[in-house]
Amino acid sequence: MQELMTGLLWVAAGSAAGGAMRFLVSGLVARSVGETFPWGTMVVNVTGSLAIGALAAAADGGIVAHRPAVWLLAVTGFLGSFTTVSSFSLQTLALMREGETLRAGGNIALTLALCLAAASLGFLATRAGLS
Amino acid sequence: MRARGTAPKTTLRWRALRDGAALYGVVAFGSLIGGVLRALASLGAIALFGDGFPWGTLAVNVIGSLAIGFYATLTGPDGRVFASARQRQFVMTGLCGGFTTFSVFSLETLRLLQAGDMAMAGLNAGLSVILWLAAVWLGHLAALRLNRLGG
Repeated sequence: MQELMTGLLWVAAGSAAGGAMRFLVSGLVARSVGETFPWGTMVVNVTGSLAIGALAAAADGGIVAHRPAVWLLAVTGFLGSFTTVSSFSLQTLALMREGETLRAGGNIALTLALCLAAASLGFLATRAGLS
Repeated sequence: MRARGTAPKTTLRWRALRDGAALYGVVAFGSLIGGVLRALASLGAIALFGDGFPWGTLAVNVIGSLAIGFYATLTGPDGRVFASARQRQFVMTGLCGGFTTFSVFSLETLRLLQAGDMAMAGLNAGLSVILWLAAVWLGHLAALRLNRLGG
């Protein structure tokens, strides 16, 4: 029970920081490139996926991230809250409702492809760097 | 702290700074709650269904999408419930944003690929996207019906 509570405290701290960071980064991107396409959400999701791949490879290699406290703080907490599906869904729905079918489809395809590619790249690059 | 008769410009700047900080505060607090609920949901899903398929992440992302679709429309310009900008940021950017996660979804899909389970990885990606979008749409429709009710 105490282990669970300690774990949740790490998640809480990481989540608060990750959510605030997402608000900062997605806002900065949206303001600098305009809001006709949800670039802000895409940037946080792709960079968050790159980082989670890297941390997973580090954890596999027994480097820092394999420790439960570090994983809960940095991955479950920070990266978990830094990235978001709800905004992605809402923004895709908004594009569809505006009749921007092509942009909606582009957002879905590009987000999925880039996030999965980023997670793989982060993983492979880190594993290569560690060996 | 400030002397009487401070220039209004300074007061305005101070107010903008305070409002900005408050916005970050509510987003951080909402994310904290959302993130802890997501961690509990993951633990619950693993306890119930094992860790062969990432049900926990799928569930939080679908529920979070449903919730944001519902709330955004209910409190939107034509919504029947008034919510301040700060309340909307707390619920949408904070709670829903912290509860749902794209990075963990990416990692879990990658892990299925690494295990050589192409079918499971494809199923996770396909099923997730379809259910997320169906959920946000359903949430939106439900709120739309509520908004149109008389009274």
